[in-house]
Amino acid sequence: MHSGYGTREVIRGVSLSLGAGEIVAMIGPNGAGKSTLLRTIFGFLRPTRGTLHLDGESIAGVRPHQMVRRGIAYVMQGHNVLPGLSVEDNLQLGAYVRVDRQVRTDLDRLLEQFPILQARRRQKAGVLSGGERRILELARVLLQRPKVVLLDEPTLGLAPRMIDQVYDVVHSVKGAGVAVFVVEQNVRTALRHAHRACVLEQGTVRFEGRGEEMLQHPEVKRVYLGG
Amino acid sequence: MDFVLQAALNGVLLGLVYGLVALGLSLIWGVTDIVNLAHAEYLMLGMYATYWLWALAHIDPLYAIPLVVPAFFLFGYVTYRVLIRRILSAPMVSQIFATFGLLFFLRYSAFAAFGPNVRGIWGSRLEGSVPLGGLVLSLPKGAAALAALCTFAGLWLFLNRTRTGKALQATAQDHRVAQTLGIDTEQMFALSWGIGIGAVGVAAVFLSPFYQTSPAIGDAFLLLAFSSVVLGGFGTVSGALVGGLCIGLVENVLGALIAPTFKLLFVFVVFIAVLLVRPAGLVGK
Ligand SMILES: Nc1ncnc2c1ncn2[C@@H]1O[C@H](COP(=O)(O)OP(=O)(O)O)[C@@H](O)[C@H]1O
Ligand SMILES: [Mg+2]
Repeated sequence: MHSGYGTREVIRGVSLSLGAGEIVAMIGPNGAGKSTLLRTIFGFLRPTRGTLHLDGESIAGVRPHQMVRRGIAYVMQGHNVLPGLSVEDNLQLGAYVRVDRQVRTDLDRLLEQFPILQARRRQKAGVLSGGERRILELARVLLQRPKVVLLDEPTLGLAPRMIDQVYDVVHSVKGAGVAVFVVEQNVRTALRHAHRACVLEQGTVRFEGRGEEMLQHPEVKRVYLGG
Repeated sequence: MDFVLQAALNGVLLGLVYGLVALGLSLIWGVTDIVNLAHAEYLMLGMYATYWLWALAHIDPLYAIPLVVPAFFLFGYVTYRVLIRRILSAPMVSQIFATFGLLFFLRYSAFAAFGPNVRGIWGSRLEGSVPLGGLVLSLPKGAAALAALCTFAGLWLFLNRTRTGKALQATAQDHRVAQTLGIDTEQMFALSWGIGIGAVGVAAVFLSPFYQTSPAIGDAFLLLAFSSVVLGGFGTVSGALVGGLCIGLVENVLGALIAPTFKLLFVFVVFIAVLLVRPAGLVGK
């Protein structure tokens, strides 16, 4: 895949595959194009070249809201909650594209699973702390019942305890047979949780390998792990 | 004293209608981020539609509702699809020119089609008045106020109690996030135009029995609607209601107390004074 803004190419030929029940991490310096790649996969940006397949079917050029119907969930970098709607409404909108009758049961189960959300279900999502917002966003992804989840720096700015909680949820998403693609600045965390990982630099993949292996990779160690 | 109360009563009734016009402006602004300068031109056209239905087909304004309101919903929807969609990501200046151009287009189309004459409806079922505790309640104004209240209530229920209403709110708050939830934001943008212009259609029909129309009638209403939106606090249904009521009260009460000629002057003095104290409006934070 190639992609960019106007005439400026940011993603310069990236090839990736994700398997069901797998967590794949992408790390790389600021400005490498990680967010641009996710935007292009989701359809916010049109790839200048390349293909995109889901379960063998081409999904290149599908409009973003249709991507959700096809089973792709996307948690953008930064803000993803709707601050003026209640926590429960935010959660419920995760099921916007679902037509089955199980939504209510799933929602109740999620509220049980996340006591923070239960306690604040009637409050506006704008009052939540950064960590609570992340939990809300991920719980909403669970309600979406996606096949593929794209996460853009889900632990940015979070305290270590919250980071563990976020990854607990990520693992439960994966446990349901979902392919998770997570972009991280937090290299150690990412490599510890991911099955596979790759390093994006200036729009191309510099290294890739199994998560644990990457922790031992001399180049990765030198540049990203400080020794 | 009675004449002040009478002016206050009229102010409340008219204020609700201003609020109704402001409602569409505020909704469209909140959802699509477009300031629709042509908003009051739709009011003018709605009044012409009501007038011609009455003059040519002898349809009473009361029965024009099921014709005019759906037609104006569609009118708003089509305006979005044909024009507004193309300027969504344009610079603000282009957006202003586009809706300003639309204002002129609609206004001078009306001039060309209907001439400059003032036209009014008489003998409608919504005519006359009834005594109300020493005051006089004008029936057409009462009906207009009631219609405005019903529209407000209906829209509130729609926004807060339905799935589509919540999707519309989500789109207004953050259209990117809304898309990541599978909401077709294009559809929501068009819907906000449909509802906003449809609400203007309601106002137009109910204004017709007591307010004469002419092609340039939009000016005063656009200013009043703008002030209502800004005064009440931008982007909320209740803000448009509160803003409209305040504008109606100030206009009529100060107009009656001091001089009706300067009604609009009073409106803007109070408007500026409130904004100096509460820049986010009366309802805003
Ligand atoms: N909306 C945009 N328009 C133009 N250039 C952009 C835009 N967003 C990001 N860029 C540029 O694209 C490059 C990659 O950005 P990004 O994908 O956000 O990187 P990362 O997420 O890896 O930090 C950067 O050089 C950035 O300046
Ligand atoms: Mg980024």
